[in-house]
Amino acid sequence: MRQLTFSIFRFNPNIPGDKPRMQEYKLEEQDGMSMFVALTKIREELDPTLMFDFVCRAAICGSCAMLINGRPRLACKTLAKNMPSRITMMPLPVFKLIGDLCVDTGTWFKDLQIKTEAWVHTNKKFDPKALEEKMDNEVAEKIYEPDRCVECGCCVAACITANIRDDFIGATGINRVARFMLDPRDERSDADYFDVVGNEEGTFGCVGLMGCDDLCPMEIPLQENLAYVRRKMAAAGLKLQFQGVKVS
Amino acid sequence: MSAKHTFISDVLVVGAGLAGNRAAIAAAEAGLDVIILSLIPPRRSHSTAAQGGMQAALGNSALGKGDSPDVHFADTVKGSDWGNDQEVARMFVETSPIAVRQLSQWGVPWNRVVAGKRKLPDGREVEDTKDKEGYITARDFGGTAKWRTCYTADGTGHTMVYAVDTVVCKMGITTHDRIEAISLIHDGVNCLGVVARNLRNGDIVTYLAKSTVIATGGSGRLYAASTNAVICNGAGGAICQATGIVPLGNMEAVQFHPTGMVPVWILMTEGARGDGGYLLDKNLYRFMPDYEPKKKELASRDVVSRRMTQHMRKGLGVDSKYGPHLWLDIRHLGRKWVWSNLREIANISMNFNGIDPATSLVPVRPTQHYTMGGVRTNKDGAAYGLKGLFALGEAACWDLHGFNRLGGNSVAETVVSGMIVGDAVAKYTLGATQNYNYKLIEDFVKIEEERIKNLISGKNGRENVYDIKKGVENAMMDHVGIFRTGPDLEQGVAKLQELYKRSLKIGLRSSGQGANPELADALRQPGLCRTALSICYGALMRTESRGSHSREDFPKRDDVNWLKRTLAYWKEGSDLPTLDYEPVVCKELPPGDRGYGESSAAGKDK
Repeated sequence: MRQLTFSIFRFNPNIPGDKPRMQEYKLEEQDGMSMFVALTKIREELDPTLMFDFVCRAAICGSCAMLINGRPRLACKTLAKNMPSRITMMPLPVFKLIGDLCVDTGTWFKDLQIKTEAWVHTNKKFDPKALEEKMDNEVAEKIYEPDRCVECGCCVAACITANIRDDFIGATGINRVARFMLDPRDERSDADYFDVVGNEEGTFGCVGLMGCDDLCPMEIPLQENLAYVRRKMAAAGLKLQFQGVKVS
Repeated sequence: MSAKHTFISDVLVVGAGLAGNRAAIAAAEAGLDVIILSLIPPRRSHSTAAQGGMQAALGNSALGKGDSPDVHFADTVKGSDWGNDQEVARMFVETSPIAVRQLSQWGVPWNRVVAGKRKLPDGREVEDTKDKEGYITARDFGGTAKWRTCYTADGTGHTMVYAVDTVVCKMGITTHDRIEAISLIHDGVNCLGVVARNLRNGDIVTYLAKSTVIATGGSGRLYAASTNAVICNGAGGAICQATGIVPLGNMEAVQFHPTGMVPVWILMTEGARGDGGYLLDKNLYRFMPDYEPKKKELASRDVVSRRMTQHMRKGLGVDSKYGPHLWLDIRHLGRKWVWSNLREIANISMNFNGIDPATSLVPVRPTQHYTMGGVRTNKDGAAYGLKGLFALGEAACWDLHGFNRLGGNSVAETVVSGMIVGDAVAKYTLGATQNYNYKLIEDFVKIEEERIKNLISGKNGRENVYDIKKGVENAMMDHVGIFRTGPDLEQGVAKLQELYKRSLKIGLRSSGQGANPELADALRQPGLCRTALSICYGALMRTESRGSHSREDFPKRDDVNWLKRTLAYWKEGSDLPTLDYEPVVCKELPPGDRGYGESSAAGKDK
């Protein structure tokens, strides 16, 4: 088995005087070793101060996104056997650093939910005695597709606009809006959505490089979903202009 | 020194998975001020890992026709091996259909009935009727008489977590993520809140509330091989038990899921077998019908896991360097079905084993999966021992599941108990007053600060926390597994007692500054050792077999002596839990035959 060298970004902003640096650790590769196994081993055997985030370790919770050899990935499903023997790990850009490989995706995504009002808008009151409203299975499956996003932040880290503009909602944000647009239970009109994403912070901020689509660990068809929202918003914008509403 | 910040609310919910978030919504709907604490961003909670679905007796799908809460009730009681609380089960089955429909309104894209005939993998032909088209459909799961498990592909937990969290967000409920509760503040009668550690910067903070709700999930990670997320270590229950007056109920009731994927132990949903998948041995022989002619692969989880282990003990497992395993075969379901309705496990199988289950077999072995036990509560979710303390979800022993939980009943429990217990919390809190006993609060903060100081200085010793953690994980695997015996459990107890004593002498190797992860582990470890001992010692003392608790030296269920629930208290200074017992009341359905499993087979032989 190979000897692996991990070069890992270290910086704990809560320790006075601490400075950003790269630190090296060496481990012998094991059969089937993932970055989850490797980082846990480093913490438990070599350096108990190393900060990183794992929760499910099964690529379904989105906790462990980081730059591995320069690309945003979920560390848990990145296997050593697919990597060279020298592996660099950096925290995701864009998000606020908590320490070492931990970034604050929680606050960023919470802000996004509030900004895009990412919940089902309905005036219907829930009646515990009533049957559920019917829906075509195909519609349910269509909603599930963008709903699969795990908010890992890989698409945000991979996005040139998000790296430049603090207020850009990223592919994940536009995809989340697409999810509600596809959902007949959400009573918002296109004009309502236009208020939320019909601007440079939203769908018109995308410059079409599609790093997001290449790097989504869930393989959500982001290109398709971004195009869907953009088309709808372009049409909504035109309609609003015809109605004499000033659209910036 | 005192805590850096104090936060005051009406209700404090510890844990932001499905149970915690749903209870928070119920409390907020009553007009109460709620703060939710979470170790991680809420949408990353282990609830998202629920794959196959949620049981609710809607009766929409072809083979769900004729279903009702009564049938769901009987399945749940039989599944529990008559170990559960039937009053709780009754409330649960009546509420679950309401919960699933409310989630639908909140945005869960439940799969729906598509009218038409189709042939099942076992050759049966079924027809979904036109009148049901578009209503929420269901799939088959283990130990159920009807198709009752509602799903969104095999990402059900994910869609539920996201939908419920959108409501938390919409209602503007305060959530503090990256906060860990490290002890309860109480005066021996009332719970006043928690001392917590901020996992962003290491600060000690206090949260005071009229009611504190524990929704911290299970303790699967006490085992080396568990399907659970790495945060599921039972720490929430441990801080309750540490009070000395709040007991953990039925901790010996531990579920092993038949299909954890070898060697990473990630779950392969029961939906794979529900949708028609088989278990095969090393000769590619489908062995389950020989053991369970009626339910085959879909007996309850405890039974299937035992049958698999039995079969491997006969030398019929597939040898691997990770020990023997069996195969999960879903190839015959077809590529389209696998990559739509079982796509998340197909992805997992590809990601971690490079195996496409549409064309290849998946290596599986029974793996620790669920904690039936937990903080013992009454049917309102109020914890025994302290007023103003509640618990729900996997962290609690509400006692819906008794000695074996049915697949699809755990995510269902999270939201249903979130509604029921959440309402009870609201009712209690509206009539309660805030207790500002600063001296008491300061004392609890000082205890934690002293612990931290001693861990950093090494005053009590220099034991390595990770050695102890691994020791516990291995002891649990070796001594408290699927099949248990007295001598084995005695050895386990002795090992765990030794580890517990060492855990009181942990010293950090690092400085412990800031959000130091070693300090987080070190603060938790004694509590985790106590929880592990509660499991192992509870299992030793229960001299019968019931549900998932299978004693080879006491192979029969013993309703005369053991129709009772274990309560494990931890008295200060002790190195063993103090066990007490309370009767299990079978209010509706008297103990009988489960219709599957070893005892049913024995009955037929006569």
